[in-house]
Order: sequence, then C-alpha cells, then structure tokens
Amino acid sequence: MNSPIKTRHVAVWRGEGEIGHFETYDVPAYDNQTVLDVVSHIQHYIDPSLSYRFACRVGMCGSCAMMVNGEPRWTCRTHVNKVVGQDVLEIAPLRNLPVIKDLATNMDPFFEKWVKAEAVHHSSSSRDDDMTAVLPNDAERKKADAGIECINCAVCYAACDTVAGNADYLGPAALQRAWTLYNDARDAGKQTILEAVSGVGGCHNCHAQGGCSHYCPSELNPMQAIAGLKQAATRALLKGKL
Amino acid sequence: MIRPHRRHPLFLAFLLHRTSGILLALFLPVHFWVLSLALTDAAAFDEFIRFTDLAVVKLAEGMLVFLLAVHIFGGLRLMALEWLPWTAMQKQLAAGAIALSCFVSITFLLQVI
Ligand code: HEM
Ligand code: SF4
Ligand code: SF4
Ligand code: FES
Repeated sequence: MNSPIKTRHVAVWRGEGEIGHFETYDVPAYDNQTVLDVVSHIQHYIDPSLSYRFACRVGMCGSCAMMVNGEPRWTCRTHVNKVVGQDVLEIAPLRNLPVIKDLATNMDPFFEKWVKAEAVHHSSSSRDDDMTAVLPNDAERKKADAGIECINCAVCYAACDTVAGNADYLGPAALQRAWTLYNDARDAGKQTILEAVSGVGGCHNCHAQGGCSHYCPSELNPMQAIAGLKQAATRALLKGKL
Repeated sequence: MIRPHRRHPLFLAFLLHRTSGILLALFLPVHFWVLSLALTDAAAFDEFIRFTDLAVVKLAEGMLVFLLAVHIFGGLRLMALEWLPWTAMQKQLAAGAIALSCFVSITFLLQVI
C-alpha cells in the first residue's frame, strides 16, 4: 500500500434511529482508497462501535450502499478521490430507509415492496414438465435481460424523490424486477404482476426524473423498465383486462 | 440550493416542467379573464392592451411564451418516453426541448419588439 500522504477529515453519521449527528474523524489518505476503506479504518482503528454493513467488497452483494457527500453510492466500488472535490467527505446512511444505527439502515421496507410488486417468481411448470426454452435473442428475453443484473443495493431507491414523497411508492428496483419477470417466459404471473404494479404506489407514480438510472451502480435503467410497465398496464386497461 | 442527489439533467428537466406547469396554471386564468374583457368591457380591454405595449410587459410575455413552449416540448418528451419505443437519448431530448423553447420565445420577442 502507498504510504499516507496526508490526513483526511471525514464526517460520519452517528446515532440510533432518527436521532444522530455527524462526527468528524481523521483518517489517513491513500491514493487508492475506497469509501468503504475509510469507514472500515474508522471502525478498526478509531471507534469499534461504528455500525455499517458490507460483505463482498467487489460490487456483487449490494449491502454497502451509503450516502456519500449527499449522493447514494456503493461504497466498496467508489474511490474517495473520485468524490472528494473540496476535500470534504461526508458519509451518511442510505436515504429513504429507516436508520438502525450509524450507517446501517433497515432494508425491510425496500424488500417488502419487492413482494408487494409481485416481483417474485410465479411458477409456470412443475418438475414433471419439460424446461421452458429461453431464447436469448427473443425480444421479450432481451427486455428481461436488461434488468436482470440488479444487486438489490437500494441505491436507486435512495435516489428517488418519488419514494421520498410517497411512502407507498414501490420504487425503481421492485418495479424493475416486476418488469423483468413480466417478460420472463417461465413466469406465469403476468396478470398478477400488472395488477400489483398499477395500483396505489405503482408504476404510474413515476415522474421519469431518472435519478434511479443516473445512480444505479450496475448501470441498469429502472426508468425504462417502469415506462415498459406503464405501457403494458395501459394496454391491458384498454383491452378491459385491468 | 439543489441537493447533490438532484444535480443531474433529468431532475432539472423535471424541475423546469413542474415550475412552468405551476406558473402556467397561475397565469392562464388571468389571461382568459383579460380576453373576456374584449366581450364585457371593451374600454378596459383597450386600456390593458396599451399597458402591454410597455417593453417590460413584452419581456414578461416572452417569458410566458418560453414557459408554455418548454412545458409543451418537455411534456411531449415525457409522453414519448412513456408511449413510444424507448429512446436512450433522454438528456439530449430534454436539452433539445429547452433549445427549441428558447428559439420560439426569442423569435416571439423579435417579432413584438
Ligand atoms: C399541450 C400542452 C401540454 C402538454 C403536452 C403537457 C404535458 C404534461 C405532462 C406529460 C405532465 C406530467 C409530468 C410528470 O409526470 O411529471 C404535465 C404536468 C403538469 N402540467 Fe402540463 N402539459 C401541457 C399544458 C399545460 C398547461 C396549459 C398547464 C397549466 C394550466 C399545465 C400544468 C401542468 C402542471 C401544474 C403539471 C404538474 C407538474 C408535475 O407533476 O410535475 N400543463 N404536463
Ligand atoms: S425515474 Fe421514476 S423510479 Fe426512477 S428515480 Fe425517477 S421517479 Fe423514481
Ligand atoms: S436497480 Fe441498480 S441501483 Fe437499484 S437496487 Fe438494482 S442494482 Fe441497485
Ligand atoms: S460490499 Fe458488496 S457491493 Fe459493496
């Protein structure tokens, strides 16, 4: 590792539940350092009581997302040098989710909305049936593939102002997964999905502000998926099926 | 101050759309009331028309044309986004809608000044 050039002042949100404040720590600055490295340094060497969440450290598991200088990011793949313009680094828990302690949020509401959006598999066959053919070049399959690499990090959920303003809004990730399954040849729940996503809190709440697509670390496009759901739901409505 | 997570082009497009929509909603009732004067009180209407000859009023009219144009073109972009096959260039389209609105409102100003 490079030798430390200087010290960086890092403001970190500390507190339980709603109540808390920013506390400043001096952390050695390295050329190659991720935001998660900074948080880990504080927990290892300065204050072991700091709570935060991570697992894979390579952008796979989706557990390390936080607000970094006011923007939602996966911290394990965010270089400090990339975000520190004026030498300030401010790390806070992910927006739009209840805080448990320090940097750890309660992600239950986020995952509960996946289920509410029927973004769960509705099986179309049993073990006795032949496997459904999944053709990679099929138009439907391409739509399903577009959103399949979601790592459930809730970065999009934290970026979305519609989520902030409407507690019932299912949010970009859940709606995108619903759209993925809607286009999956193996899913038997198309109608169930459309009914779930077109009610109160459903896809029609989206204002196409595109925060989700702007911030998604996997470079997915939930805004496009939601536009797809809006079209599918409206078509079904016009056909009298909704 | 716009908070950091909102500093991206499509959020600004949203902000412009909402602001222009609200300002139009405030302006249009007044606009229709003034037009109604032509039927109900011709003298007051003529007086108002003279008032609109002031340069500063013309400038304000130019602003209104801009608001209307930016709301219409921005609204058409949103409707295309939701109803037509997907186009990836949403930022460019949003910028184009603003450029077109500037063109329309400046052309209007050049006509009336
Ligand atoms: C033909 C012209 C127009 C078009 C194409 C249009 C289009 C739209 C669209 C697509 C939206 C939804 C935006 C969103 O989901 O965030 C919207 C919102 C709105 N419009 Fe218009 N509109 C037009 C004229 C007007 C006029 C004349 C007024 C004023 C009376 C107006 C006031 C509003 C307001 C207040 C909103 C809510 C803003 C928001 O939700 O963000 N619109 N318009
Ligand atoms: S495009 Fe829709 S879902 Fe995405 S951030 Fe905006 S409002 Fe939320
Ligand atoms: S869509 Fe992107 S930002 Fe949202 S949860 Fe999935 S990977 Fe994260
Ligand atoms: S720690 Fe797994 S995505 Fe960051």
